[in-house]
This record gives sequence, structure tokens and C-alpha cells, in this order.
Amino acid sequence: MDLLTASMSDTRKAIAEKKVSAAEVTKYFFARAEKLNPALNAFIKLNPDCLKQAESIDQKIAKGENVGVLAGIPFGIKDLLCTKGIETTAASKILTGFVPPYDSTVVARLKNAGATIVGKLNLDEFAMGSSNESSFHGVCKNPWNPEYVPGGSSGGSASAQAARLVMGTIGTDTGGSIRQPSSFCGVVGIKPTYGRVSRYGIVAFASSLDQAGPMVSTVQDAALTLEVIAGKDELDGTTSSRPVEAFSKNLSADMKGKKIGIVKEYHNSELVHPDIRKTYEQAIETLKGLGAEFVEVSIPLTKYAVSMYYLISASEASSNLARYDGVKYGYRSDFKDLSSLPLDEFYAQTRAEGFGKEVKRRIILGTFCLSSGYFDAYYNKACQVRRLLRNQYDEAFAKCDAIISPVTTTPQFKIGTRVYDPLKMYLNDIFTTSTNLAGLPGMSVPFGLTSDGFPIGIQLTGHHFQEQKILNVAYALEQNSPVKGKTPSVY
Amino acid sequence: MSTSNPSFRGFEAVIGIEVHVQLKTDSKIFSADATTFDSADNENTSPVSVGMPGTLPVLNKKAIEYAIKTGLALGCNVRKKSVFSRKNYFYPDLPKGYQISQYDEPICEKGSIQFEVEGKSKTVGITRAHLEEDAGKSTHFGQYTLINYNRAGIPLLEIVSEPEIHSPAEAAEYCRSIRSIVRYLEVCDGNLEEGSLRCDCNVSVRKVGETKFGTKVELKNINSFRFVEKAVEYEIHRQIDAIENKEKIVQETRLYDPDKNRTFTMRTKEDAQDYRYFPDPDLLPIIVTDAQLSQIKKELPELPLIRAARFVKDMQLSTHDAHLLTEERDLADYFEATGKACNNSKAAANWIITELLRELNDAKLSVSQSKVNAKNLADLIAEVDKGTISGKIAKTVFKEMWDSGSTPADIIKTKGLVQVSDPGEIEKIVADVLAANPDQVAEFKAGKDKVLGFFVGAIMKASKGKANPGLVNEILMKKLKE
Amino acid sequence: MSDSKFNKDVIQKIANLARLQLTPEQANEFSEQLSKIILHFDEISSINTEGVEPLITPSEIEYTLREDSVKQNFHAEEMVANAPDKQGNLFKVPPVV
Repeated sequence: MDLLTASMSDTRKAIAEKKVSAAEVTKYFFARAEKLNPALNAFIKLNPDCLKQAESIDQKIAKGENVGVLAGIPFGIKDLLCTKGIETTAASKILTGFVPPYDSTVVARLKNAGATIVGKLNLDEFAMGSSNESSFHGVCKNPWNPEYVPGGSSGGSASAQAARLVMGTIGTDTGGSIRQPSSFCGVVGIKPTYGRVSRYGIVAFASSLDQAGPMVSTVQDAALTLEVIAGKDELDGTTSSRPVEAFSKNLSADMKGKKIGIVKEYHNSELVHPDIRKTYEQAIETLKGLGAEFVEVSIPLTKYAVSMYYLISASEASSNLARYDGVKYGYRSDFKDLSSLPLDEFYAQTRAEGFGKEVKRRIILGTFCLSSGYFDAYYNKACQVRRLLRNQYDEAFAKCDAIISPVTTTPQFKIGTRVYDPLKMYLNDIFTTSTNLAGLPGMSVPFGLTSDGFPIGIQLTGHHFQEQKILNVAYALEQNSPVKGKTPSVY
Repeated sequence: MSTSNPSFRGFEAVIGIEVHVQLKTDSKIFSADATTFDSADNENTSPVSVGMPGTLPVLNKKAIEYAIKTGLALGCNVRKKSVFSRKNYFYPDLPKGYQISQYDEPICEKGSIQFEVEGKSKTVGITRAHLEEDAGKSTHFGQYTLINYNRAGIPLLEIVSEPEIHSPAEAAEYCRSIRSIVRYLEVCDGNLEEGSLRCDCNVSVRKVGETKFGTKVELKNINSFRFVEKAVEYEIHRQIDAIENKEKIVQETRLYDPDKNRTFTMRTKEDAQDYRYFPDPDLLPIIVTDAQLSQIKKELPELPLIRAARFVKDMQLSTHDAHLLTEERDLADYFEATGKACNNSKAAANWIITELLRELNDAKLSVSQSKVNAKNLADLIAEVDKGTISGKIAKTVFKEMWDSGSTPADIIKTKGLVQVSDPGEIEKIVADVLAANPDQVAEFKAGKDKVLGFFVGAIMKASKGKANPGLVNEILMKKLKE
Repeated sequence: MSDSKFNKDVIQKIANLARLQLTPEQANEFSEQLSKIILHFDEISSINTEGVEPLITPSEIEYTLREDSVKQNFHAEEMVANAPDKQGNLFKVPPVV
């Protein structure tokens, strides 16, 4: 079998049937990661222990013991997820040297299902960014063209997956951080419904928006991985106890009679880059051809989504990042003498040196929005409008199974070419952020190519806990995708 | 209203109290760490309570139950939906950089508590009672400070009173009553020294008749009720002195030093903290159902004040004794069990108050640790009531019961303490005593009644204290008049 | 940006609250950038939200509680292992007065 293109389930089957050993599979990918990573900087840290994990899978199989559904499948993990015994930094200087004594639930569930952990993947510092350029460990590159960003914040995940340095990766998404890099690198990424996947052990950015999800090569692999990581977790009181469906078994590309929503407000938007628009229109045509019906829905408040998103996420982040104070773990400024040091200076200097610029900017914004005299006008107002936005989505989903849209307005850009411009930011993230605000599942599936030869994804958004419906639409699109079989230059 | 409040040199004191009650759950409010008091440094911690990245709070069922219980006992409204908020500030004992607390939607609101101060009934309104997590403990060494997070995350119920307390005695009694209630409910062990109950008093003064509040000062770290009284007393006079000297009272936090009996500045509040409260997105709102509420209501024990009233009414105890016996639930239970078993509540109350409590206090024991259990004390009272032993002998028997833990029947039997009530036997002793003391008999006959005491003493001595005193008197008089 | 809610004095005050040292240049830069974000948000203030309950948790999640049982899965040594400075199993910080 060709491991470079093999699916997870085929590989797992081959391992279980001893046609190939888990050790061979993990060794293959580990070697590939070691070789290609210097050019991509997708991994912050490789985990040589993954080979031992693989060997123990083989031993279990030899003894006839049951192994999990991801037995022997090598994964890369965004460095925002805590991994027991492996340094976890969130790509920030302030977490330098932090070795968690616990696994995030997502990682624990992957390991429990037999996955091996090849290493920790690059990201924007604390997942704040959409280009991976704010990482303390340096920018990560797009395998389709290393002069370009992979997107972000889960840039390392997208890059490693597109280059097949692993069979699967985990990313996180607070305002598009799975879907945008998935689109930029041509991989399949799904942000589950808020509450579907445990946040325990995932370095918190914005608690009411964060969700982890798979960033993998196919819809089938995404469905399988999601099955493994989803479900109630007693360590996270905001996980839903709804049963997790057998997403991968239930996959169906039958689009006859399926109702797909088109959002009136940005269907003909001039903001969207022509290449992306072309892909979007093509996707609609394809689904029409497969028998899907299209309905127009209206979600006027999406135009405020990015504003709400910035305020809410920054507010929550300003509080979530208060724990990085140089007391319990991570970085502390190199003070010569503690005995005469004012406590406030101890904090302020440590934090000034430990956080990067983008993180500081958001802490300031968030602190402001929560501060006395501004709370009602900003944070609280944003949360009220957030409810109205969710209500509009509820109405829209009464009429359709899934909503189709572009992922971003603009395609991949060159590293270092974006200057900080909040207004541009607003335009880019209009399609992704409202999904997080409303807690909806959303995914990106590769469907087109830009004139420069880069992949472009299509976004599908579903109603709460309706991951199966968007996976099915993605599955149908995938089978008819013009980019199917196209691989990046590093292959 | 204010005219009826005590006046201090023409000033009225306005006091509001925040009591932090550590709820005695086995595990912390948001994690499964133990809550034991004497654990080794940072042994009762986990990634959650040390605030490690990505860890999340998961709410302890019992903490909610205890909060509701206390709220109901204080006559509060319990919210159907209440919210946890983050209180953001930096301090090394606060591992996450915020404390999970409740802000604008606390679990309990608008209650009141009634208690007795110097024989008068007093009612103080309860503004709110909200749940929050405790912080860790800092130990200072001058050059540096060391932090222990064992206490971080222990559930606290902060009970906030209305500013309706007007004297040091009321302040202390308010705190005592809160302690009594939470101990009755078995939601807190009420140990002030270990910090499981902490009383912070907000004190201000104003001229009698003035309606505007004065600047308030918060007194912290007071670890006994006696010190609550003394600290408040000191603070009232310090503030009055300041006003009379035309000094400005600064809004600040002061600590009480029991050795010097004075308060001193800990920190001023000139830079008003901006805690940036917002609802904690990691925790769903607390939902309390009607069913849960009525279940907890049903399980509420009879509370001290109501119980004391019942003791007065049904058992004819004095108000003072009834309050003394109901301060602790165990003691009240002990009293009721004793009174019921010997069918003499009045005697039970006397025995407990004069004998048992003295022994318990001397030995620093609680009633549950007493070697004399309720049944044995009841048996002892019954023996007295039956006339088996005299009240005086009974005290000896009690002492023996306290030391050995034996039953009164065993002690009376083995020591041969049964009261002699056989008139023939007593007559014989009386006759012997009279025969041995002819001079005194002569004195009596000459009209000196005083010698009667001498005869009774000698007879009791001859009977080793066992002679029935009533019979002794009766027979002695008869013999002397012969 | 003189009329802005986000002038550099406000930024410095907020930075103190957030325990972040900022250079005057950074404060200036943030003042400009964040003013734009706030300005953009101000469009929202015209939306009528009277009586609307703020949305925090966006999806319907069943309310569950933890039973009060102790699980001591970690030792003090592991909890202080990452500390920048410690003494025994205690975290060490500057003197707190």
C-alpha cells in the first residue's frame, strides 16, 4: 500500500491484519517529518517516543488483543493541546519549557484509540492569528509554495497534513483557525459544534468559541477522527452528553432532496476574490447536478460577526491568559534579586517579555472591553447581539440542512506581506467567525484551484450537532472535486 | 430607627459583616482534589487547582446543595438560575489570575437572621450568599513568599449582611449565630482558627441622627468571636477619635492585632480595584429545580432559635439555658435524648449545664466525645428521682462516670452507694449519734437549734453519705423531741 | 486619536490592569490600531438589544454536576516541577506585602 495516499481505515486494517506493522507506518511518517520539516517548520517538536507507542500496538496485535480504531495511525497535534510529558508551548515564549503532567482529553482519546503522536505542530501564538506568523517558533510554510503562509492559526497542522508528514492532525478553531488553513493548504478540516469535543487540556484562547477538530486528508478520515475525539468528558462541563454518531459509517454522498442554504447577504459579494467566487459557484453547480436543492437564507447580522468576534474573544482571552504570570510554570523574567522586587513589576515585566505583540494587543483590547464603565457597551452588548445572530441561524436552519459559502474572501498570501490592518482582517474572516459565535459546526473541503495553482476550500456550516449533514455534503463535493489527487510541490 | 441603636459618644456605628464559610465537601468546588486541612505542601492539588493551561472547572454537586441549605436556613430566595463569574485580579495565591465567584446573579439573596443580644431579640438582613473558590495560602519570609495551593478551590459560601449591625456585641453575636447555623446544617465545621469560618467586618460611624453613611473600613483576619467584639469596639472608637480630631477616615482594609488590641492598616483602597467581572464561559449557569428545593427544605433540621423557643415552651427552661443548650446541634440532641430517657428535662438541663459542660470545657472536648452518653446521664437522673441515691452522691457518681465511662448502675453497685431509706436502719444510726453526743443534745433542748446541722452532718458521715436526707431529718427531729 | 476612547493614557491604564509593561511606542501603536476596532464595533451599538439575554454558551448543553468524590491523581512534586522557582514543594515568589 502507498502510505502517502492511504486512508486511515485502510492503514489500520492492514496493520491489524499484519500486512504492515504499526512500527513501519509510524517510522515512515516520522522519517518523512524529520526530512521535510526543516523546509516547512510545521513541527515545533518531534516525539521520538511515537515509535515505542507503535511497537506496543504491534505487540497487542501479536497477542490477539483488541486495538482501537486508529491503531497505528500517526498523528500530529497542534501545540495548543497539552501532551503528557511533551513540552507544550502554544507557540509562546511564556510557556517555554512547560511539560504538562496530563494529556488533553482529545490527545488521551486519540492515544486510547491507538494513534501514535509524532509531534507538536506550529501555530500562531496562543492561536491568535491567521497566518502562523505570530509563532514564537517562527513562521510555518505552505507546502504548495513555501513562500506563502499556510494560514492560521492551525498553520502547522494544515502544512504537515498537506505535506503528509502524518496521516492526521488536530487543529483548533476559535474564529476560523481550522477552516482557513485547511482551505489554504487543501486539506479537510472540521470545527465541531461547540460542546461536541472536550476542551480539557487545550490551552484556552476564548472559552466560549474554542473547539478542536481534525485536519486530515479526506472527509472519511475526518469523520473517523471526529468519532474518536467527540463526546461527553467529565473534565469539561461544557461538553454535550449527546451520543456520538458513527459519522464515518454513515457517510453518504447522496444529495437528492438535500436542502442547501445560500446566504443572501454574501452570495454575490464583491468582496470575494474571483478565484474563490468561481470555486464557490462551481460547488453549487456540482451539488445541483447531484440533486441538491438550494434555498436562500438571510443572516443579516453576519456583517457584525467579526466585530463581535474580536471583542468577545479578546475579552475572554484577557482573562484566560492571566494565569501566565511567572509563578507556577513557564517563563519568568530573569530577575537578579527577588527580595526588593515589587510584585506588580514582577508580573508586568515577565508578561511583557513572555507574550508577543499580537497577544498583547488582544489582551489590551479584552481588558478594556471588560473594564468598569465599558463592560455594558462592549462585552455585554456583543453577547446580546451574539444571541440575535444565533437566532437568525436557527431560523435559517429551519429551512436547510447545510449552508454553503466560501471560507475566506482572499486566497493565500506571501509570508511577510500582510501589515497589521484591522479592516482587512474583518473582510477575511466574515465567513468563519459567525460559525463560532453561533456555536455551529463548520468545515472546509478542498474544491478548487486559484490561478496560481493553490487549493481553495468550500465551507459548509450545519446546525448544532448536525456534523453528519455537513460531512455528507463535503463527501459529495470531495468525490467531484477538481483538486482530487493534486498534491503540493514537496511531495 | 437609629435612635434605638446604641450610641458611642454621640455616634452610631454601622456594621456590615461578610462571613466566608468553607463548605465541608470532601473534594474541592471545581476539581476532585481533597480538602483535608493538614496535608503536606501542595499535596491537595491537581492541574486544575494549580491553574495549568487548558484545565477546566467542573462543579461539585455537594457544594451547590450546601449553599442552598444554608440559603434556606437564612430565609433567602434561592435563584432558579445563578451564574458563576470571573473576578479578575493578579495575586500569587490566585492560580488562574481570576477567582471564580458569583457577581450579579448569586445563588441566594434577601434573607435574614435572628438572634439574641443581651436578652434582646435582633434581626439582621442577609443581602446575599454566594459561592466562590478559596485562594491558596501565602507564607511570608521577608525576602520572599512561598505559595501553597492546597486551599485553592475549597468551596466558600460568602454570606453578606446588610449594614444593620450597630454594636460590637451584635457583631460578635451575629457571627456566632452564623456559625451555629452552618454547624447545625453540617455544611461547615466552623473552625475559626483553621480559617474554615472567616469574619470580615465593615465598620463606619456617623453622628447620631445622620442618615448618610460614613467611610467604611474593612477589618480582616479576626480569628475568634471575642476578637470580633474587641476589634469592632476598637475600630469604632478609633474612627470617632479621628472625626473628633478632624482627621479624614480612609477607606481601607485593616487587620486586628489581638496582642495589642488594636487595628492597623493592611492596604488602602484608594486605587479602586477593577475586577472586570464577566460570566465564566467554562461553567454553565447553576440550575435549581423546584423538586430539588423542596427535597432540601424537607431535610432541613430544626434551627437553633426555633429549637430554643420550643425548649422554653415545652420544657419550661429559662431562655438563657435554652440558648446555651441549642448553640450546638450535638448538645441540643444530647439534651433532648437525656431529657426524654429520664422524663425530666429540667434536671437534664441542669446536669448538662452545671456538670457536663464544665467537664467538657476543662477537657476541651465536644459533646460527641463525652464518655458520659445521654442514656447514662438519663439513668443517673432517674436514680436520683427514684431516691436510689441522693443528689450529692449523684455528683460523685457522675465524676466516676466521666472518668471511667461506666454506667451509673455499675458504679452505685460496686461502690455500695445505694441510699439508705430503711427507717429502722436510720433510727439506729440516729440513736447512736445522739448517744455519743449528750452535750449537744442538752444544748438543743436548751433551745439552741443551731446544733441540728451538727447532728445531720454526723449522721450523714456515719452512713457514709448514703442516708436518705429527708428521712434523717424526720427521724432526728422525732428522736430529739422524745 | 485624541478624541478616541483608546488614547495612549487609557492604553497605559489598561496595560497596568493587565500587568503588561508597554513602551510609549507600543502604547501609541496599540492606541491607533485598537481605536479602529472599537470604532468598527460602535456600528453595533445601534442594534436594539433591549431585553435580550446575553449569549455565553452558544449551543444547548445539558447541565451536569460532579459527584463529591476525591481523586488524587497527582503528587505535589509534579505540580511544582515546572515552577521557575520553588522551595521544597512550594512556589517561590517575590515578597508579598
